[in-house]
Parts: sequence; structure tokens; C-alpha cells
Amino acid sequence: MSGINYTDKIPNNVNLSGDRTLQRALEHWQPNYLQWWQDMGPDGSHGFDVYLRTAVSVQPDGWAHFDHVKMPDYRWGIFLAPQDGQRKIHFGENMGRDVWQDVPGEHRANLRRIIVTQGDTEPASIEQQRHLGLTAPSQYDLRNLFQINVEEGRHLWAMVYLLHRYFGRDGREEADALLQRSSGDSDNPRILGAFNEKTPDWLAFYMFTYFTDRDGKFQLCALAESSFDPLARTTKFMLTEEAHHMFVGESGISRVIQRTCEVMNQLKTDDPDSVRAAGVIDLPTIQRYLNFHYSVTIDLFGADQSSNAAIFYGSGLKGRYEESKRTDDHQLKNDTYRVLAVENGKLRETEVPMLNALNEVLRDDFIRDSVAGIGRWNKVIEKSGVPFRLQVPHKAFNRQIGTLAGIRMSPEGEILSESQWQANSHKWLPTPEDRAFVASLMGRVTEPGKFANWIAPPVMGINRQPVNFDYVRFN
Amino acid sequence: MNAPLPAEVLKQHLIDPEICIRCNTCEETCPIKAITHDSNNYVVDPDICNGCMACVPPCPTGAIDNWRLMVRAEAYGVQEQLGWEELPGEKALPETAAALPADDVPAATDLAAPAPFSAPGATVPPWSAAHPYVNLYTHKTPMTATVVGNYRVTGVDTESDIHHIVLDFGELPFPVLEGQSIGILPPGLDAQGRPHHARQYSLASPRDGERAGYNNLSLTVKRVTEDHAGAAAHGVCSNYLCDLAKNDKVQVIGPFGHTFLMPNHPRANLIMICTGTGSAPMRAMTERYRRRIDTGENGRLLLFFGARTERELPYFGPLMKLPRDFIDINLALSRETGQPKRYVQDLIRERAASVRELLADRNTCIYVCGLKGMEVGVLDALRDVTVQGGQDWSILHDALRREGRLHFETY
Repeated sequence: MSGINYTDKIPNNVNLSGDRTLQRALEHWQPNYLQWWQDMGPDGSHGFDVYLRTAVSVQPDGWAHFDHVKMPDYRWGIFLAPQDGQRKIHFGENMGRDVWQDVPGEHRANLRRIIVTQGDTEPASIEQQRHLGLTAPSQYDLRNLFQINVEEGRHLWAMVYLLHRYFGRDGREEADALLQRSSGDSDNPRILGAFNEKTPDWLAFYMFTYFTDRDGKFQLCALAESSFDPLARTTKFMLTEEAHHMFVGESGISRVIQRTCEVMNQLKTDDPDSVRAAGVIDLPTIQRYLNFHYSVTIDLFGADQSSNAAIFYGSGLKGRYEESKRTDDHQLKNDTYRVLAVENGKLRETEVPMLNALNEVLRDDFIRDSVAGIGRWNKVIEKSGVPFRLQVPHKAFNRQIGTLAGIRMSPEGEILSESQWQANSHKWLPTPEDRAFVASLMGRVTEPGKFANWIAPPVMGINRQPVNFDYVRFN
Repeated sequence: MNAPLPAEVLKQHLIDPEICIRCNTCEETCPIKAITHDSNNYVVDPDICNGCMACVPPCPTGAIDNWRLMVRAEAYGVQEQLGWEELPGEKALPETAAALPADDVPAATDLAAPAPFSAPGATVPPWSAAHPYVNLYTHKTPMTATVVGNYRVTGVDTESDIHHIVLDFGELPFPVLEGQSIGILPPGLDAQGRPHHARQYSLASPRDGERAGYNNLSLTVKRVTEDHAGAAAHGVCSNYLCDLAKNDKVQVIGPFGHTFLMPNHPRANLIMICTGTGSAPMRAMTERYRRRIDTGENGRLLLFFGARTERELPYFGPLMKLPRDFIDINLALSRETGQPKRYVQDLIRERAASVRELLADRNTCIYVCGLKGMEVGVLDALRDVTVQGGQDWSILHDALRREGRLHFETY
């Protein structure tokens, strides 16, 4: 199962050639995908040779093979983590039984919905990021952007494989629709809100990869627990790649902060205007971007009380983050969870059945993980001696989904009137002026080893290559 | 401060907490569960990791690809690593240790290792060395010693504040040989609230005690007030030791070192080349020879000893009282007023005839101890002396290493 047949049009470790019908269906989908990549993939990049990693096997020693390749020639393939044959369902009503190798009829609609929702985010982010290559602050960063793009493309392939293989005609139609929806398109938008937002500049890109790809990580972790074994194995392998995306976000913001603090120390100022005049991004602007991306991303976890979430868990379709490491009964029928609600103009916690609150549980796991990384950013600021600390806004800040949607609240958690919100929101969320300023800094740097003024170089290169390696050959 | 003479070298696998994004990929990948984490860090357990490298390609950040050559007994434990905010710097490892064939270092990690170097000294002890005890006391089970003496051995008017410190072990065993070292655990916590690392010091006393027949030993400790570059630096352990009073208790680990050991057979000659506190093991060996002077079995002792001035030479007074027919002393002073600068390598060249004569005798062992920078100078001088005598240095150098006759301890 672990060998990949590169003579196939579609590299895979799922014995694709053993299922002619499926192979033909995917070979039919493949040109549509490549056309979509040409139209909606990274703008103007098709002739570049990019230093990319490609999975050559799912074993630890072979899944990261590096070489210069043209992105349209990237070998997008279908890779599932190895099957162990021993897996049992380990949560929900069917706990203890063998995992499913096929889709049980009663869960077909829900599983399809889960896979389509996950699959839709993959091409969406490529679309959101398609113009960023024109303003990359270095070859190193450009290469990282492209790496993320090709891997999101591979993740789309992974979901399309499941749709084709296990969902028949419905699945094929859904797979086609994944290439037809388009991020930000008013007629045929992507499914989830955050994936219709623009990613207009590199600060937004790093925030997106830090926060929104982390949502992806948590969703994939929850799906990697699934009783539907092909979904669990697919997402498990996707997680290995997802880690790189979060690295790009975390290190990207960290480098922006480092550069800003360096300039603040050189100029001995913490005045945002002076910092901006020196051509770097002031810390309050970074905080406002953070507030925006954080609040938009935590909406992705869905409503805080959701009967769907309860059904997905009870029926074993989607577990919790690190389900197998938790020591409770994995049924949760008698457990409760505290969620926030607004009553009489005040926030208070209410106790609700745990099963209905599983979206909130996953959201809280995500928040803990996000906050830890922000702590590491703060260490960069602290090391430079600047008395400023980034923080996450209140969970109810700027929410559009769930009980907290539409509540006017400050990042500190104070409930506001509409007029208070209108008077102050420019302090908390990026303003058009902020975005225009950040956009004004974005200029393409193409010389190996050179970096835009607003960002520090990374501490090390990719795959032990030097920082000034030619990661992208523009030809 | 003297460098350690460790028993075993470990290429310790570490994760850089400043680069790691805590994605869990390594822990997930590790086939033998050597990687663990808490809310602060992901860390590699040195007792489990076998360096299989499975975790290295999947790491998205490169944080996983950090290696430190460590004395195994000094390896950073899981708890210590969990508390890190950043990776500690490379610790200077004594050449005797770095040159050891570290069997536990997998070939694959050579990719990550600095360029290989050919070891300047031997990785085996002389054939007649006594068998050393090593690692009897560890971080988890340190020995408590009592300070029975602490006095300054350099002139009070010199910058160099070097102390001779005598530790007594009472009724408990702490068997040592000349050339071995011990570790001191300084009390208190560092800036991150964790216990300080152990510091290692070579013995300045012979195997039968600072005072013959007593269960004690001595150390030569220079009070560190500046780093190698001359910037102000407060040496945690050296200041602790230099300030100790009689009857204070000290936590000790070790002993360490199983190659930088003296020969025991009759007529064995020693060439000793040292600077500053690098004189400690030379004092130990010299004292061993002095105590058996009456046997008439001693070989020749040839000492090259470097310091800035006479008054900064530790043990200068007692050294000068030793009989000339017992030890041939050559002092190199680099900052004595009114005299040209002289280094130990200059003296080796001046004494070429004697050095050559001793080198030609297979009963001669050479010991070099001091700052790392002296290594190249000493090797060059030995080569020049040999070549002038019409001999091939590379052949002799090989023989000296193979036969355990050339030993370096530099820091």
C-alpha cells in the first residue's frame, strides 16, 4: 500500500490502477483541476522552477523530497497514512467495533457534507492567495507561499479521491462543484465565510496561515479520529503537510515583529507614525490584524450549540481533538460544558450538554493552541525590550456565528452600545488606512537572500539550504 | 576552570524552542516515543532517542535538527529541556571527549554535524594506566563533600585569582586517578528558575589524596570575571567555589575521564604542556611521581608551563622547590615586564633536542591542558621538532595517538 506508482497519471498509494472506473473518473477530473490551477492558481507563476517538497512515500523518511519543479508539473497525488488493520471505533455509540472501510448508508449524507466542507477550503485558500506572489518579500517567502499552494491543491485531491471512491455520482458532482465555486464570488462563493475574505497582503497571509490554517489543523485532527477509516487515514497524512503552513504563519509574524522591534530600538521610538515612516509595520496595526483574523477564524468552528456536532460525534464521524488521548468515557452523554451567552445585556456562562457543545470544545482547544503561539511572539518583543504585548481579543469580539454573533464587544470583553462600537472599532480592527499602509509596503523582492525592509530574514533556510539559496528560478 | 575528561560522549538530539511551532509532527512520527511535550516545549528524551532521524524530514521548521556533543552524564534531561526558553549554547567539550568514537552517534546525523575533524590526541589511555572509576555519582545521586581548605595560589596583586580548594569525602568512597575530573553542582537557580548546570574541574591532587592517605582531593579554580573575549562575566560556579569557607558542604558528581590518564610502568616519561589552571592535572601527576621518588623507578618529567607573569603561575612557589633532577621546568611568560613574550610552543622549539629524545622513547607520554587555542601551536611545535630531527611527523603522530601517548584537554 505504501509504494507510489509514478507511472500512473496520478501518483497514489491506494492501488488506483486496480479500480479502472475510479481511475478513469479521476483522470477525467484531473484536466479540469489543471485548468482550474492555470486560471485560479498562483498568478503568473506557471513558468517558475520552485524548490518544493513532494511526497514520495508516506513513510517518515520519504515523504519530503525536495527539488526544483514547475508548479503545473507538481505531482499531486493521493496518499493515505498506512492502514494498521487493528483500528477500532474509539468514541460514540459504536465504540469498540471495527472502523468502517466503506460508508454506512445512514451516515452517507453527513460524511459527504463533512468532506465537501473540508475540501472546499483547500482550493479556496489558493484562490485567496493567488496574487500574493507578485509582492513576495523574498524568494524564501515566495517559495513557502507556493509550497502551501501546491499542498492545499493536494489536499483538494485527497478529498476528491474520497468523494469519487466512496460517494458515486453524488461524489463526482460534488468534486466538480469544488472547482466551480470561487472565493469571494457573489454568485457562487466558497462555503465558509473566512474563505471568501480577501488575503490582500503578506501580513494578512501570515495571519491567515497562523490562525485559519490552524483551524484546518484542528478540523483535520478531529477527522483523523473518524470511524470512517479512509477519511481518518487521509487527514492524518494531510496533517503532516498542514504543519508547514502554520510554520509559515508563526515564523512570518514573528519575523515581522522582530523587524519592527529592531527599527523601534534603532529610532528609540514607539510612536506608530514614526515606525510607519521608517517603512515597517507598527505593533498596534499587527494587533488589529490579529484581532480580525482571530475573530473571523473562531467563527469557522460553527455554532456554539449544535445538534449536528452532537450527531457527528455520537455516530462516530468526527471526534474531538486528541480524542484517543482523553480519558473520559468517549460517550459524553452525561457531561456538560460551559458556554458563553448573553442575558440581559450581560455575558454569563451557562451549562449545556457536552455533546451539543462540541464545536465550542474544539474552538477552545484552538484558542489554547493559538494563545501559546502568541506567547512566543511576545517573547520576541520582550527580548527586544519593547513594552508592548500582543493578545487575543475576547472570544465574543467581532463574532458573526453562534450565540455571540452580532454582539458589540471590545477586545477586553466589555459589552458596548452600537455607538460605542462605531466610535472605537477603528482601534480594534484594521481600517482601510491600515490596509492601504500595509499594501504600500508590499513590493516584490526577487534577489536570493534579500528581504523586504519590513520583515527580518528567517533564522534558517528550507531543508538545510542556506537562506540565500535560489528557492525560485524565475526563468 | 578546567575542562572535564568525560567517560562517554553523546550526540544529544535537541529541539530549538525558539523555532519550534509545537505542531506535534515529531512526536507523532517518532517510532519509539522518544519525544514528549508539555504546555511549554517539545523535547527529546536522551535516554530513549536512538537518532533514527525519522522525525527530521517531517519537521516543518528545522527546529528538530539540533545536535550537541555532550558528556553523557551531563546530557540535558527532559525536565530541564521542558523549562527552556532557548537552546543553550554549545558547551566546549574537551578534545579527549570529542575525539572519542561515539558509537551511539548514527551515521545519518553526520549530515547535521559540523565538518569532521581529525582528533589531535589519543582516544585510549596509555597501556599501563590504572583502570578508572567513572560516573559513580550523578545529578540524581550527588555526593556531599566538605571543604577542608581554600586558599589563593596566585599573587594578590595579580588579576588572576586562582584558588586551591581541598574537598574531603569523609568515610564515603570517591576513587580517582590523576587526570580525571569531577563535577560541582553550584547551589541556587538560574534566571529561569532552574538549577545551574554542573561545572567540571580537573583534579590537582594524586590518587591517594591531597594529603597522602586521606580521602580528599584538590581542585585548581580560577575565579571567572570575564569571558574569553574579555567581556565582563560572572562565573557562577568558580565564584561559588572561590568564596567557600572551611567546613562548607559541596555537591559533587563524577568522577569523569578514562583516557587522559598517566602511565604506571617504571621509567615512564611525562612531557607536560599547560597554561594557567591547565596545570591542575600536571600538578597531580607530578605529585604522584614525587611521592614515589624513593622507589627510583621514575622516568623523566619535562614541564612546559605558560602564564602571563610569574606571579600568575599557580603553585609557582612549591613548583620551584622541586629538585632539578626530578623535574625539568620550562616557564613561558607572555607578559613579564622587561622580557619578550614567550609561549609554551616557543619553549618546546628551544628544547627541541630534549623533546626529540623523549619522543623517540616509547615510554614517553605527552599531556596538554589549557585553553583550546594552544592546541594548534603545540602540535605545530611538536611537528617542527620532529621534522628537524629528520622524522616524519604524521607517522609519529599516528603512533602517539594509537598508543595512547598524546592527550589533550583544552577548553
